[in-house]
Amino acid sequence: MGLVLLVVIWLITLVSSYFFYAHTWWLPHAASAAAPAIDRQFDLTFVLMGIVFLAAQLGLGLFVWRYRDRGQKAHFSHGNNTLEFTWTTLTAILFLGLVMASNRIWAEQRFTPPQPGAIQVEATGLQFAWYFRYPGPDGQYGRTKPELEDASVGNAVGIDDADPAGKDDVVSGVMVLPVNRQVDLTLRSQDVIHSLFIPAMRFKQDAVPGLMIHMHFTPTQTGDYEIACAELCGLGHYKMHAVLKVVSEQDFAKWLAEREAEKQ
Amino acid sequence: MATLTPPIAIDEREPKLGERGAGRPPQEGGDGGHLALTDFRRRLRRYRIGLMAGLTPVLMLFVAFTSAYIVRQNLGTWDDATKAYALDWRALSLPALLWLNTALLLASSATLELGRRSLAAQFAAESRWLVQARASRSPWLALTLVLGAGFLLGQWLAWRGLQAQGVYIASNPSSSFFYLLTGTHAAHLLGGVLALAYAALTAWGRAPLARRLIVVDVTSWYWHFMALLWVYIFALLHVLR
Amino acid sequence: MATSEQVHVHPAPTGFIRKYVFSLDHKVIGLQYYFLALFSVFLGMGLSLLMRIHLVWPEAHLPIFGDIKPETYLALLTMHGTFMVFFVLTTAPQGGFGNYMLPIQIGAPDMAFPVLNMLSFWTTFLALVVMVAAFFVTGGAPLHGWTGYAPLSALQSSGPGEGLGADLWITSIALFCVASMMGALNFITTTLDLRARGMSLMRMPLTTWTWFVTAILGLLAFGVLLAAGILLLLDRNAGTSFFVPGGLVLSGQIINHKGGSPLLWQHLFWFFGHPEVYIAILPGMGVCSQLLSTFSRKPIFGYKAMVYAVLAIGVLGFLVWGHHMFMSGMSPYSAFAFSYMTMAIGVPSAIKTFNWLGTIWRGRVRFTTPMLYAIGFVSLFVTGGLSGPFLAQPALDIPLHDTYFVVAHFHLIMGVAAIFGIFAATYYWFPKMFGRMMNDGLGKIHFFLTFIGAYAIFMPMHYLGLAGHPRRYSQLTEVSYLHGLMPLQHFITIAAFITIGAQFLFLINLFWSMFKGPKAPINPWEATTLEWTVPSPPPHDNFGGKTPVVYHGPYEYSVPGAPQDFVMQNDPKQYGEGAAH
Repeated sequence: MGLVLLVVIWLITLVSSYFFYAHTWWLPHAASAAAPAIDRQFDLTFVLMGIVFLAAQLGLGLFVWRYRDRGQKAHFSHGNNTLEFTWTTLTAILFLGLVMASNRIWAEQRFTPPQPGAIQVEATGLQFAWYFRYPGPDGQYGRTKPELEDASVGNAVGIDDADPAGKDDVVSGVMVLPVNRQVDLTLRSQDVIHSLFIPAMRFKQDAVPGLMIHMHFTPTQTGDYEIACAELCGLGHYKMHAVLKVVSEQDFAKWLAEREAEKQ
Repeated sequence: MATLTPPIAIDEREPKLGERGAGRPPQEGGDGGHLALTDFRRRLRRYRIGLMAGLTPVLMLFVAFTSAYIVRQNLGTWDDATKAYALDWRALSLPALLWLNTALLLASSATLELGRRSLAAQFAAESRWLVQARASRSPWLALTLVLGAGFLLGQWLAWRGLQAQGVYIASNPSSSFFYLLTGTHAAHLLGGVLALAYAALTAWGRAPLARRLIVVDVTSWYWHFMALLWVYIFALLHVLR
Repeated sequence: MATSEQVHVHPAPTGFIRKYVFSLDHKVIGLQYYFLALFSVFLGMGLSLLMRIHLVWPEAHLPIFGDIKPETYLALLTMHGTFMVFFVLTTAPQGGFGNYMLPIQIGAPDMAFPVLNMLSFWTTFLALVVMVAAFFVTGGAPLHGWTGYAPLSALQSSGPGEGLGADLWITSIALFCVASMMGALNFITTTLDLRARGMSLMRMPLTTWTWFVTAILGLLAFGVLLAAGILLLLDRNAGTSFFVPGGLVLSGQIINHKGGSPLLWQHLFWFFGHPEVYIAILPGMGVCSQLLSTFSRKPIFGYKAMVYAVLAIGVLGFLVWGHHMFMSGMSPYSAFAFSYMTMAIGVPSAIKTFNWLGTIWRGRVRFTTPMLYAIGFVSLFVTGGLSGPFLAQPALDIPLHDTYFVVAHFHLIMGVAAIFGIFAATYYWFPKMFGRMMNDGLGKIHFFLTFIGAYAIFMPMHYLGLAGHPRRYSQLTEVSYLHGLMPLQHFITIAAFITIGAQFLFLINLFWSMFKGPKAPINPWEATTLEWTVPSPPPHDNFGGKTPVVYHGPYEYSVPGAPQDFVMQNDPKQYGEGAAH
């Protein structure tokens, strides 16, 4: 029985570790400036926790087999304070070190304001779609009003005509961004909590009704990246997705100009 | 843990008694009165511990309400019309009746404490002299009931007064919290009133004095807690208006 | 003796109603809780099976049940979580085994307040009835998840089931809060006041310690959940705006609330929610410690450290709730603080794991079915626990939050390790409770199928989460990058079928053995704690009118100089060095 347990525990441990190691299913290809640091921290945590995982599980399997009842006398001991102190301290150092390293990344990303010159985009979530608004040449978002929100007449975000700043706002169901430029993203919600999740950018942030949440990230590779909703928002949560298209600076300017022209 | 005592021969020894469970060993037979007193003290202690434990979640309930109160009061929501965060808390003018109600509740606490002490003294006398005292005719319990009921009535009148001014639970967050805090407190006090009524009734019944005293004792501490809680709520509503 | 007089032990009841329905005997009440949890776990498993079927075969038309629509999936998900967390994990370990065994383990004839105990069970039962009723009202059960985030849960028009179904859900939880508070009060008073002579706090079995600390956690946490529930009910029905901000438009309708904060709900909920998961796991840890020691024939390695670790987990458990909210829009500075506290709580958990391994080390391991479950507990706790440090780091939580990685993490710890704690306790204490042994062969088959099956279900979920698979998706047909992950989802569903099927072996074993199992001796495991000194099943007042006196700590196995490899706690003789403690 001890041997069976050892084999089962070891097999489960080694097979599952293999899939982690082989990256059979892994974080998607990263395409933002913040991603390398996050991925590095990820790898570090993964290696350290992996070592602990292997040691603990293989050790457990080994112990239950090795100390199976073969008629030996069990060793009478209530413990060992030195050992306790040692492994407690080592664990604390390991965990503290990990979180300190990680929080440097967090601080860099979240405690800093957006750079001047960052592209402004406002992402609004509602049941069950995302809309992205660009403030246009005046750099100001027009005022919105809840009573004007009506996707069927093309005003999902509820821009108020009376506000001149809104005249040049471009609203799109697709998020288009120029590569290598930081975006100053404002997140809003019209009804319940949603969450804008762009795996390739290592970006996630809840959109909370009643709040205007500012985040920033910088895409570093052109391409199409899927956006998923990552906070349960009702029936259509599973189909509330969008696309982020990262294009060259010229393509972006062209796209924006075309959209502005459409509004005339 | 491995201690450093030298190996000892197997023998029968006095049990190593821990800090608890090592209380006075029970007396065997004979001293029935003494046993009864020990028994009573143990039971009283048990019910008091139970009460303290039971009041902890009540405290946490009001801690949670307080935290929600402070957060809600200071939280703005984004108003796109002004492009700023707006606060919507409007200070509530508290009905003056609350002062009277507070006085009633504090007085009821005092009368209940007097009642508890009188009953305790009666019990002590009974235990010492082993005589059955006459059923107490002390007015304190009844008086407490009246004052407590008065408080509840006063609270209800205060709510009616607010409603007459058009201030309802959903009118403003400040009024929401007013009704919430006073209502939850009143519900808890009502529980105390019912417990007291039970104690008062059993005073006229044939329940042993020990049992009546335990009920009154536990209810009094509950009641005092409710009185203190009310003072806190009242202060919160005033100071953090 | 004194104890029998001090607790008003009610004389043994007669009549079916008094004996089995409104019993005041903590043993009967414990079994009532246990069977309530047993019903709930099969209901919860059934719900999860329907979920798994829908995920991989969304067009499936099931017999009787029919089609599973997206709203049905979300209702199944909500109720699965709710039943499992509240009516299984907060009920069986504490209300079930805690109620049954705590008084006996400390040498008491019953709980401090038997009437309150009976009331706490029946209030839990009422809560269950109200929760089940949510399925049958118009709109059905709510779809907002067991976490009930506002405004989704605060607005009746946010989806089907968010009307009466959600109100019933909140009411049921409120009743459950009250029942738990009553139970916690009882446990604490009993532990503090009813211990037999010689049963100091540091001689209590670790199972008693965990029931005690769990009760303290419950006492502090459930009041906050009740507050949140009351505020939510008011927002839904009285027009208040605690959690609902202004300017909302739902399905084209302007919502008439203003000024509330959705984050306020999250703070209140998680202030309760985090201690709740420790409430779910601590008793299982106590059982694991007890069983590893008993079946390795060795004292638990580092008893004092184990006690301090449990206390540390209890305290720290109240300081980490924000780690559920890193992505919520909460201040990033708060996230900073919460992440440190969260990593800190990993330390006592690690200490416990080391000590479990240290208990087996140089032991003499007996592979009884309860021991298999204790060993399984350690393995699953390690696996589930090690995904914690990933999630505790806010920067890493960015890709992982609200994905299947989180689902893997909490299922491995709560959904499997804690359940293994319940299985272990069942196989261990069954002989004492029913006077018969469970079938060992069937138990071992159940163990291996469940152990391997649980890993097969939940290990792949880590991979799904890493690949960015969000949770609570009722269908995987829309977001394109999920299509490549379908084979894994299929694998998980098949594993779920097999694992859930294996649980019927347990059910059969349980009920068959109750009536037909071989008669159990008074101490079949040769264990040391006080419950093994009384008949199986114990008499009404546990100790037959005699209060035990305790001379030893709880895990005196293989003491040098002792005639057998175990020393009962109430053995008046002292043996060898190290026995005097």
